[in-house]
Amino acid sequence: MKHIKVTPQRLLLPGLVGCLLVLLATLSLYASPYTIVLITSILMYVVLTVSWVIFSGPTGYISLAPAAFFGVGIYTSAILGRTLPLLVVIAVGGFASFCLALLIGALTLRLRGIYFAIFTFGLVELIKHFLLWWEINMTGTRGRFVIVVNNTTIYHVMLGIFVALVLTAYGIRRSKFGLALQSIGENEEAAAHIGVNVTLVKVITFAISAIFTGAAGGIMATRWTYIDPYIAFNPLFSFMPVLMAIFGGMGQFYGPFLGAVIFAYLEELLITRFPYYYMLLFGIVLVVVILFLPDGLAGLIQKWRKGGQARQHANP
Amino acid sequence: MRILEGEGVTKYFGGLAAVSYVDFYVHQGEIVGLIGPNGAGKTTLFNLISGALVPRPGVIRFKGRKITGLKPHQICRMGVARTFQSVKVFANMPVFENVLVAALFGNSARVSSAEAAKEAAELLEFVGLSAMRATLARDLTLANQKRLEVARALATKPELLLLDELMAGLNPTEIAQAMELVTRIHGQGITIFMIEHVMRAIMNICNRIIVLHHGEKIAEGTPEEIATSRKVVEVYLGESAHARS
Repeated sequence: MKHIKVTPQRLLLPGLVGCLLVLLATLSLYASPYTIVLITSILMYVVLTVSWVIFSGPTGYISLAPAAFFGVGIYTSAILGRTLPLLVVIAVGGFASFCLALLIGALTLRLRGIYFAIFTFGLVELIKHFLLWWEINMTGTRGRFVIVVNNTTIYHVMLGIFVALVLTAYGIRRSKFGLALQSIGENEEAAAHIGVNVTLVKVITFAISAIFTGAAGGIMATRWTYIDPYIAFNPLFSFMPVLMAIFGGMGQFYGPFLGAVIFAYLEELLITRFPYYYMLLFGIVLVVVILFLPDGLAGLIQKWRKGGQARQHANP
Repeated sequence: MRILEGEGVTKYFGGLAAVSYVDFYVHQGEIVGLIGPNGAGKTTLFNLISGALVPRPGVIRFKGRKITGLKPHQICRMGVARTFQSVKVFANMPVFENVLVAALFGNSARVSSAEAAKEAAELLEFVGLSAMRATLARDLTLANQKRLEVARALATKPELLLLDELMAGLNPTEIAQAMELVTRIHGQGITIFMIEHVMRAIMNICNRIIVLHHGEKIAEGTPEEIATSRKVVEVYLGESAHARS
């Protein structure tokens, strides 16, 4: 039997994660309403970013489809919100996104590099305009009202999606499935020639990652109360996850989390303090990160930790 | 028994016939060499066998079963493994994990991750890379990357191994080691079909040689027959050279 030594270091990380989870779960009991709303949007960005990284991180396929899956979740909520219980609506939103991703994946994952990115970006526009045409010509409306849910419930549902996502992302990364994804990113042809069913692995992962994006859309719709195709299929929700993942760094598991949390908080800070310049400041931060931190924040931390270890070895 | 057999195998790229109506076979337990000048269609033929390309027209059979039209991963799981002319290791993954992926996915038999890890460790030992199991594949020398590709191919438990220029770019010592490795793989009962430009290697270890030129098979025979074949010498040295000799 394998004997695992229990050392303080080994317990540190799970302990910290546990404390953080307890803190987040009980937050609504003592935090201000503003904090709850703020943490909800930060969690939303974390969910978008981490689910994007599940597929695009290891494979290197840059997907600009998150806005499509997010929008599908939003519209599911708008259409079914009045007839079905909230959690069922969220689940249906996730499932609808899963199905859409399976279809897109099967059709387009033979495209590589920039072609895949452009196609997925085009897809968001296509769905948006089709929906707009449908709503105006068939339904006779432009936007829709969504049932109102209180902020604490929204927060708890988002937290639930977040926890499920973290477990899934971690599970995939540690499994043989994750190893296969990584080999596809390294060299797809070689991966296929050693027995990896590359198409299946890519399509399934793409679809799994879409579930969480769709579910997040489903719950966020209830906060916005009014939606139309332009709000639901806003391309910003495709770009943000990419930027946040790059900002955080994809080399480490915690990178995208870090990137999303800091980036989302920064957005909130800048939008409240400098409403007219916030996009400009945002852009500057991004340019600086890409120029000076190609591996993101996680890369910086790894470098710093390695440096620390090297110094320790030098002076025993 | 013919483990691999092709009938009228053809592949056009646009108007150019890269491989043109080639018939070939490999017996179980043989080491067969595939030679020919640059652009003769050797690698294309390997791509047709491994499923990266589909012959049109033409049929390829492995152990009597038609494999044309199957995907590379299906052909691999049936027992055909290959290495690549320009190495395609998983550069940013450790040496051990390169082999582990192949051990996990390369065979239709289900393997537990413990079995796969054991298998991968044994294969690294076999090709002499045990000491470098934690090194990233991109940090290996070319010779070691080629050995890693061999270990990765072997991890899929093949019955037939396609080696595409295993020795190109290696120095004489490394070539000798690679030749020794090929003989050891053959000693384990694996049939080998190899493309090679290093004549010393081809002539020494192959039972039989197939010569391609402009996509067509121009000769086939034992190393002695090939070395003395008038047609082969013409192709390699030019007609005038042969006339002068």
